[in-house]
Amino acid sequence: MIPSLFDYKRASSAAEAISLVTEYGDDAKFLAGGHSLLPLMKLRLAAPSVLVDIGRLKDLSYITDAGSYIAIGALTRHMDVETSPIVKQHVPLLACAAGHVGDPQVRHRGTIGGSIAHADSASDLPATTLALGATYVVQGASGTREIAATDFYKGFLESALQPDEMLTEIRVPKMNGAGWSFQKFNRRAQDWAIVGVAAWRGNGGSGVALVNMGSTPVLATDVATALASGASVADAAELAAAQADPQSDLNASAEYRVHLAKVLVRRALEEATK
Amino acid sequence: MKISVTVNGKTHESDVEPRTLLVQYVREDLGLTGTNIGCDTSSCGACSLHLDGEAVKSCTVLAVQADGSQVTTIEGLVTDGKMHPMQEAFMQNHGLQCGFCTPGMVMAGISLLNENPNPTEDEVRMGLEGNLCRCTGYHNIVQSILACAKGGK
Repeated sequence: MIPSLFDYKRASSAAEAISLVTEYGDDAKFLAGGHSLLPLMKLRLAAPSVLVDIGRLKDLSYITDAGSYIAIGALTRHMDVETSPIVKQHVPLLACAAGHVGDPQVRHRGTIGGSIAHADSASDLPATTLALGATYVVQGASGTREIAATDFYKGFLESALQPDEMLTEIRVPKMNGAGWSFQKFNRRAQDWAIVGVAAWRGNGGSGVALVNMGSTPVLATDVATALASGASVADAAELAAAQADPQSDLNASAEYRVHLAKVLVRRALEEATK
Repeated sequence: MKISVTVNGKTHESDVEPRTLLVQYVREDLGLTGTNIGCDTSSCGACSLHLDGEAVKSCTVLAVQADGSQVTTIEGLVTDGKMHPMQEAFMQNHGLQCGFCTPGMVMAGISLLNENPNPTEDEVRMGLEGNLCRCTGYHNIVQSILACAKGGK
């Protein structure tokens, strides 16, 4: 399967990339690792007329300790997030989730920024960074702004990014030793989660987010609120799907997804509760 | 678009359409048909080759993205008529049945050992999650990679 025709532009800086998408408008798409976009283009579900390749912007591939949070450049590959000693030490939940994305070949190419900007609720990293209270830094023609993960996901494959904006950095608060768990339920190796859960608990708080339980990743704040008021893990987990609106598809009915969410949130919280 | 890609040690200057997939480029432009196209949806891993030393699915990489890079395909593993130890291990351990997935399995296996030279059986199985064998012959594929890691055949 071959994508439809497009023009290929290679950006040598973030500023040039933004200027190119500004020039071509809605017809242009950024190409990072290409492991979300190219499959869609091969199926002709996406047909941008211009691809702006940002894959060579090596200065956007980094992982640094910024004090209270870990800063990850948008073009950092999943394999580098998964194996980073800094990520493993300070945000082990994210390292674990990155290791569950696709398979090794996919993780050699796919990037954290690409996955988040694609805003697929079935992907592992949007929900995981949402659970961790991440902030996304985006750069546009008119400057740089920060978007909280809680304000980023707007609908199916739809985010708060404007057409001329590029995600440049993901800031993930340190977990400071909190317990955590990543649960991914699927039938086949390497597949998307039928339902997934990213959860942490400790230091007087908790965060639980759901993968593939609606058109956007879902932050299950009812669960966190219940835990904060002293509810048991089992009782809190019953609220797992209270804020979700899952769809039925070939893999699972909506009812089954609700069931899975409760079971997986319970398992996740049991593992995360130290 | 003009690209320059070093494939199996030889540099090729080519003019490709931007939409040309890397797997198409190596098979059709360079005639290296050892890299197979299986699912064509980045699931099966039959098209795995090494891009700058790491296994990737070449059905999901554009040839223009490989501009300036080093590519190794299954054909590039033989040196002086001698098979790569991973190929030898697959042969000695009957790591193939119909052979369709084999080039991808070998390339994935080498990449796996580059990152984890001494894997457990579980780590090999997890490391191969991106490669499907339609004969379901996983057992001997895993044994082959473990044998290669141990330096045996």
